[in-house]
Amino acid sequence: MNAIVLSAVFGVVMMFSGIFTAQRQAIRTIAIICLALLLVGNIAEQLGYNFFRFNTRNMLVFDNFGLLFNSIAFGSTLLYFFLSGRDMEKVGVNLAEYFALIFFVLCGVAISSSFNTLLMLFLGIEIISIPLYILTGTDKRNLKGNEASLKYFLMGSFSTGLMLMGIALLYGVSGTFYIDQVIAGTETVSPLTIGGILLLIISISFKASAAPFHFWTPDVYDGAPTVFTSFMATIVKAAVFIAFIHLFGSSFIRLQSEWQFIIAIITAVTLFIGNVTAVFQQSVKRMLAYSSIAQAGFMLLALLAMNDMAKEGLILYAAAYSLATIGTFAILAKMKDYTFEGFNGFAKSEPLLAAANTIFLLSLAGIPLTAGFFAKYWMLAAALKTGKFLWLVIFAVICAAISVYYYFRVIQAMYFRERGVHGETIAINKSFRGWLVVLAAIVILLGIFPQWLLDKLYFL
Amino acid sequence: MIPLLLILIPVVCGLAGFFIKDARAARTWSLIVSLVILATSIIGLVALNKPANLHFTVDWLPTLGSKFALMMDGMSQVLCLLTAIAFPIIFIATYNNQYRDARNFYALMLLSQAGLLGVFLAADGLLFYFFWELALIPAYFLCSIWGGERRIAVTFKFFIYTFVGSLLMLIALVYVYLHTADHSFALDSFYKVKLDYSTQNWLFWLFFIAFAVKMPIFPFHTWQPDTYEQSPTAVTMVLSGVMVKMGVYGILRWVIPVVPSGLWAWGDTVSSLAVIGMIYASLIALMQDDLKRFVAYSSIAHMGLMCLAIFATTASGMQGVMIQMFNHGINIIGLWIVVNQIEQQFGTRKMSELGGLAQKAPVLSILLVVIALANVALPLTNAFVGEFMMFNGIFTSTATKYSVLLTVAAGVSIILSAWYTLNMIQKVFFGKTNNLTASAADVGPGARFALVVLVILIVVIGIYPTGMLNVTKSASEFILSKMFLQ
Repeated sequence: MNAIVLSAVFGVVMMFSGIFTAQRQAIRTIAIICLALLLVGNIAEQLGYNFFRFNTRNMLVFDNFGLLFNSIAFGSTLLYFFLSGRDMEKVGVNLAEYFALIFFVLCGVAISSSFNTLLMLFLGIEIISIPLYILTGTDKRNLKGNEASLKYFLMGSFSTGLMLMGIALLYGVSGTFYIDQVIAGTETVSPLTIGGILLLIISISFKASAAPFHFWTPDVYDGAPTVFTSFMATIVKAAVFIAFIHLFGSSFIRLQSEWQFIIAIITAVTLFIGNVTAVFQQSVKRMLAYSSIAQAGFMLLALLAMNDMAKEGLILYAAAYSLATIGTFAILAKMKDYTFEGFNGFAKSEPLLAAANTIFLLSLAGIPLTAGFFAKYWMLAAALKTGKFLWLVIFAVICAAISVYYYFRVIQAMYFRERGVHGETIAINKSFRGWLVVLAAIVILLGIFPQWLLDKLYFL
Repeated sequence: MIPLLLILIPVVCGLAGFFIKDARAARTWSLIVSLVILATSIIGLVALNKPANLHFTVDWLPTLGSKFALMMDGMSQVLCLLTAIAFPIIFIATYNNQYRDARNFYALMLLSQAGLLGVFLAADGLLFYFFWELALIPAYFLCSIWGGERRIAVTFKFFIYTFVGSLLMLIALVYVYLHTADHSFALDSFYKVKLDYSTQNWLFWLFFIAFAVKMPIFPFHTWQPDTYEQSPTAVTMVLSGVMVKMGVYGILRWVIPVVPSGLWAWGDTVSSLAVIGMIYASLIALMQDDLKRFVAYSSIAHMGLMCLAIFATTASGMQGVMIQMFNHGINIIGLWIVVNQIEQQFGTRKMSELGGLAQKAPVLSILLVVIALANVALPLTNAFVGEFMMFNGIFTSTATKYSVLLTVAAGVSIILSAWYTLNMIQKVFFGKTNNLTASAADVGPGARFALVVLVILIVVIGIYPTGMLNVTKSASEFILSKMFLQ
């Protein structure tokens, strides 16, 4: 509850900070302090200190899994503020509002990691989505941004409508919204229940950009300002997956035989489309958008497996994927030219950034010694543990090998090609480099000692 | 203790090597480090041959059932010795090669040595996979930065080929792990796993593809000639001298004892592929003009023979493979050193542009002829011991009813190897000198020393192989016992 209240309050604080000061440095500092306080508040809740007592009538339940994910999300966002705070200033004039919107998104993240009723799930997903619609279109003069924002808004609202329909069907059958009671009894399964589950799968797959509901993702990620794409592609996606697995793990697990195969097909299609289309991209930003679809495919393996290893794996994957993608987007935001050729010779002009970028890309590809390897490993092991779906695991592994191609294209451009006419960067200052090193170090440390993060799930 | 040192020294010193400013200092540093590793390996072989010093285990990922476990048995000892000998020899022989950003080059070489040693020492499935990939990454950067003209595309192909294979191996490792009694990746737990035959049969392929790409076995060999050609020769020495042995080692350590039924089910298929590869590669080697591609194809033929001998499931064949892993490494590195010398001096690798080097560079020619004849497995050379044992094993094999046919086919490839090797020697070293080679100088001190050491090793092991055979005896008997334990 700390996180939900604090993030909403800080969101309002950020909005008002825009009135009281016009100094961008001050606004950014306030945002960082607020987020740090938010993170501390959430860790305090993990340790057992609740600052607020509300009777939520069991609509919100705060367990280790959700709270740990909150900490990961807030920690990643903090690193994101440190790295990309300055880039947000360049998007438009309303810096304070951008921070406020991000805080509201985090509020939605906190709700969707702790929901216990379907209405809270809806609330969480909506609170995540609506500020994002706004953030996508913040660069008002960019036509692609306007298109992206409208597309996201219309399709997002449509999928929310589907979600509400699904919730309504489930309510109609069971008479309750509480997720542990909504699938009651195992005698006969009403077709309305199956319909509700199916609609929920479709709408949540939309939010998580799983194929074949992913068509909005490349355009929205490409049209949004790179700074905000970074936030959208990482923390928001991870939050949706946590919501997904929470819902399916607590509630729909009893009907697993009904939906497991559908999820398997969605996973296979997502992996295929995400990886194969990313291969053909000419813009690094779009490539990263498609690669986020491919990563979503891997995260869906956790949903398929739905065992302890899957839940641990999803936490690790959320952390590894968020950190690596924030890092690589932060570097991308500094480039003037988003094509692969823009990275030519980057290693000579900015060796530190190139090295950090290499670490992030290796993590996304799943090379050992980086956090991404263990994340993918946990997913594969969880899927293998079910004893079924060996074909999917082999397919996922082949797709991972395909992904190496497009991630390595950037590494190759940076290290093995000479710098051409492209390749200029916006000014980079020392604190950016410092935080990049910190981020890269975290990615490698998680790659050697993933246990450190996962232990927090069980003992604190 | 010894295994830990063997990995820590190259890792730490390799990472330190990135920060050395002076190119010559970096070169000296890497040479000294590699000599220290050689000393450690010899100590491990000779003096401290007590089991306690040859094991090292530390907890790493308890929930995944994986420990940081290292072990040196006879087979690992021989391969670590090969790696430990190979790197100083490579550094000495290529002492005069100039590399831009030399410190990065030497640091990456040391890191690749760490990865290779880790593969040979790992006693834990996940750790084995870890080191398998970690051996690949420095090689990728080494080839891509310092290689030939087509290096980027070629190395990328090499990387993806190997990566796909390793990922399939990862699935197999995880699958076996899930079926171990005590949920652990430890080698011993893997050996105790009981899987039914049909499972073993498809698991075999998931494992084997990774190792078949590494060795390489036809039809997974297409990456090899290009990669060997485009890599800087020092890196090619590492790739063909040591890295291909990772494939053979993997089969012996991780495939045969764990999924023995696959060996019997697919033995004929794999043997046929190996033999096809041997003859095919030998025929192509005959047609080669580029020295590097020539040695690359001949290497495919040799590895095919080793694979054939493993699947023959006889004691003689197995011992032959053990010793031949070492021998082939030594011999092929010798050949590559000569190729490097020729390339550095004349700027060309084409046999048609060379000739008559024996008149101008007699020492080089003598040393090369010995090494080349060792490659052909002439008696008195080390390769003869290995090949004789392997042929004996293949011929007397009861695993397949085609043993005679396979032996004859393998024998054809040996005849072809004699043909193409002598052809190469004749074209490059004998005959008349031309404009290019008229001013040839003899081999420099560094390469001379390296080649002499290798020739000594060739002859000594050729005359007195007993020492090495004794070291690997228990390992080979263990593997054989696992083959027949169904």
